[in-house]
Amino acid sequence: MIGLLYTIPIALFMGLLGLGAFLWALRSGQYDDLDGAAARILFDDQGDEK
Amino acid sequence: MSTAAATAAAACIHCGADLPAGAERFCCPGCAGAWALINELGLGQYYARRTAAAPRPVAESAPDPSAFVRIESDGTAALDLLVDGLSCAACVWLIETALKRDPEVVAARVNLGSRRLRLRWKGAQAAAGRLVEAVQRLGYRVVPFDPSALVSLAERRERQLLRALAVAGFAAGNIMLLSVAVWAGLAEDMGSATRDLLHWISALIALPAIAVAGMPFFESAAAALRARRTNMDVPISIGVVLAAAMSLFETINSGPHAYFDSAVTLLFFLLVGRYLDHRARGRARSAAENLVALSAAPATLVEPGGRTVRVRPTELAIGSTILVAPGERIAADGRIVAGRSELDRSLVDGETTPAPAGVGDLVYAGMLNLAAPLRIEVTATGEATFLAEIVRLMEAAEQGRARFVVLADRVARRYAPAVHTLALFTFLGWVGLGGAPWQAALMNAVAVLIITCPCALGLAVPAVQVIASGRLMKRGILLKSATALERLASVDTVVFDKTGTLTLGAPELDPADAEPDALRLASSLAASSRHPLARAIRAAAPDVPAAEGVEEHPGEGLSCGEIRIGSRRFCGVATEDETTGPELWLARPGAAPHRFRFSDALRPDAAATVAALKREGKRVLLLSGDRPAAVAAVAAALGIDEWRAGVSPAEKAATVAALPGNVLMVGDGLNDAPALAGAAVSMSPATAADVSRTAADVVFQRDSLAAVTETLAVARGAERLVRQNIGFAILYNVLAVPLAVAGLVTPLLAAVAMSSSSLVVIGNAFRLRGMK
Repeated sequence: MIGLLYTIPIALFMGLLGLGAFLWALRSGQYDDLDGAAARILFDDQGDEK
Repeated sequence: MSTAAATAAAACIHCGADLPAGAERFCCPGCAGAWALINELGLGQYYARRTAAAPRPVAESAPDPSAFVRIESDGTAALDLLVDGLSCAACVWLIETALKRDPEVVAARVNLGSRRLRLRWKGAQAAAGRLVEAVQRLGYRVVPFDPSALVSLAERRERQLLRALAVAGFAAGNIMLLSVAVWAGLAEDMGSATRDLLHWISALIALPAIAVAGMPFFESAAAALRARRTNMDVPISIGVVLAAAMSLFETINSGPHAYFDSAVTLLFFLLVGRYLDHRARGRARSAAENLVALSAAPATLVEPGGRTVRVRPTELAIGSTILVAPGERIAADGRIVAGRSELDRSLVDGETTPAPAGVGDLVYAGMLNLAAPLRIEVTATGEATFLAEIVRLMEAAEQGRARFVVLADRVARRYAPAVHTLALFTFLGWVGLGGAPWQAALMNAVAVLIITCPCALGLAVPAVQVIASGRLMKRGILLKSATALERLASVDTVVFDKTGTLTLGAPELDPADAEPDALRLASSLAASSRHPLARAIRAAAPDVPAAEGVEEHPGEGLSCGEIRIGSRRFCGVATEDETTGPELWLARPGAAPHRFRFSDALRPDAAATVAALKREGKRVLLLSGDRPAAVAAVAAALGIDEWRAGVSPAEKAATVAALPGNVLMVGDGLNDAPALAGAAVSMSPATAADVSRTAADVVFQRDSLAAVTETLAVARGAERLVRQNIGFAILYNVLAVPLAVAGLVTPLLAAVAMSSSSLVVIGNAFRLRGMK
């Protein structure tokens, strides 16, 4: 059971890392416009028609 | 361009509206202008990309944004704008790309969800006007606003929910891992020291997570209790808090059962439901914020020395004089002191025919000046205007509706006391009859509360609502209110407004009067006017070259040499016969005067919708502020037996309130707003006045009235599924509660029961997708 002493902290640390990344993304406004973001990825930068 | 041309068989290439007779590609000059501009910029791809029709360009000049421009710390100028008419991602692309072509623009970002545009550019602040004009010419009405005054409550709440959801998800996953180890360990021979360690780690994760993620529920429960009511959040809060407290107690005393996983997973499931519910209505809600648009239009104040300055409407004083240019909205109530023009009053009383106005006439804030400059002496501003009066009427009417209690809360009102009594009896029973020590008895009582914690009940309604609103949104129908579906399901009376609701709200030339020669001549004159009737003439014969030397006589008509087109008096016509709608006369030398009549066309499926509603046994009424003759004609054409004409906004609201049963009000004008707010439930087309869209529970985007029957059908289906879900949740309790009372529930059993019942409820909700 000694393994638990470091595997559990590692698991929790990685989980917290993910949580932290999500909260950062939330704070920096990346979740403000989900409808727009879903479509924006399809825009290419040069919009001119051939 | 081939893609665009292929779809243009019978609809305007730009906005997709049905073409008036004779027009080939565009429904109006505004659309033609926007189309030309888009292609000139090389952005024709927009037409291939879009998934919804473009807005029809407005005949309104762009508001002067200079009062709202800020200077950022890096020296760039910034401006926030509300954009009206965004319908799909292609609009976002079009606006952003068009603006970025401007070399001075540093950033242009449109938020499709909240319909806002944030602009930053280098150099002069004065460029704001040019940039705003550019967006307006693409066909989107924009209004500058002050972002600090409009960080909406709903937006903050959505962020709070998402943060809580993330925390709950993280905690639920990790605790579940530890719990599975404990459950597996029970079957093997895990030492109690190891189990306690795992419980302590779970507690360490769960307690802060519950404190953060449970906040939305705790706050709502506290608010309900303070008002001496209970809602669904009360048993949820009690259940979660007791489960956590009891598990902590067990952990401290190294007991075998900890329910941390149940408490956190419950929160996670409920937050999913709540977040989805919130987001589904986000789009429509932001449309409501465009209400600001009405009061933000700046005014031109004439100072005593004759100098003019641009001011915000709030800075106007009673008795001051303002100048209103053609194409501008009037910013305050007042009396005309100089000038003669025509006014579009549709925002104020729903009447679409432009009304002539001259010296001495009263005008109201929100009216659009069409023809010539006016000088107006201000008689009322801000809170005292007619517009503000309508908003007040609306708020008063809304209070009545706030008393509506959703089904879930009605269930919760009976559910919470029943469950809490049952827990109390369990405790007393174990102490009194079973002779158990009080700790064990309390443990069983808490187990009853955990197992009955209304996870399925809490998901029963939002799960169905998310699917229902998603399905409606695909048809262009936006649900704004959480309780609208439930109120829609019991509707038995439908009240329609006429102009803009049953009809399309734009005049169209009566084909019987479209005599080719007269029409061609009229069209050549009409080309130089922005008057709606002139545009209707133009739309009927768009290919005629514009005549030169046309003079516009505001409020009367147009002249070109001896040819005149305009009102009967202007053309010197002596006949006295009555007409039911707007008319124009054409006078030319050597021929009798020709009359053009116009009618406001009915929405294509208005008759079918009314018939379908009647078949379902609903009472259908028509209430309009228009003249009796016009209303009677529409009522007869659609088969509506009960109608009233000449109804004022207050009378409309009173009539709707006095009708027995559950009334659905469908309307679009500002004059409908109080009735929309006062009816049991209300719908507005997306073309409606801002205030009306704000007041309505449901906003529909297409030209089709079938949205009404479609929405009612989905609402009935949703109601059925909600009832099934609640029935299932109660059934599950009936089966599980005896086990809990008997003290047989373990954390594993609780977790399995909770997850399975939640999944069943969600699965049942998905059936709405397939329902016809």
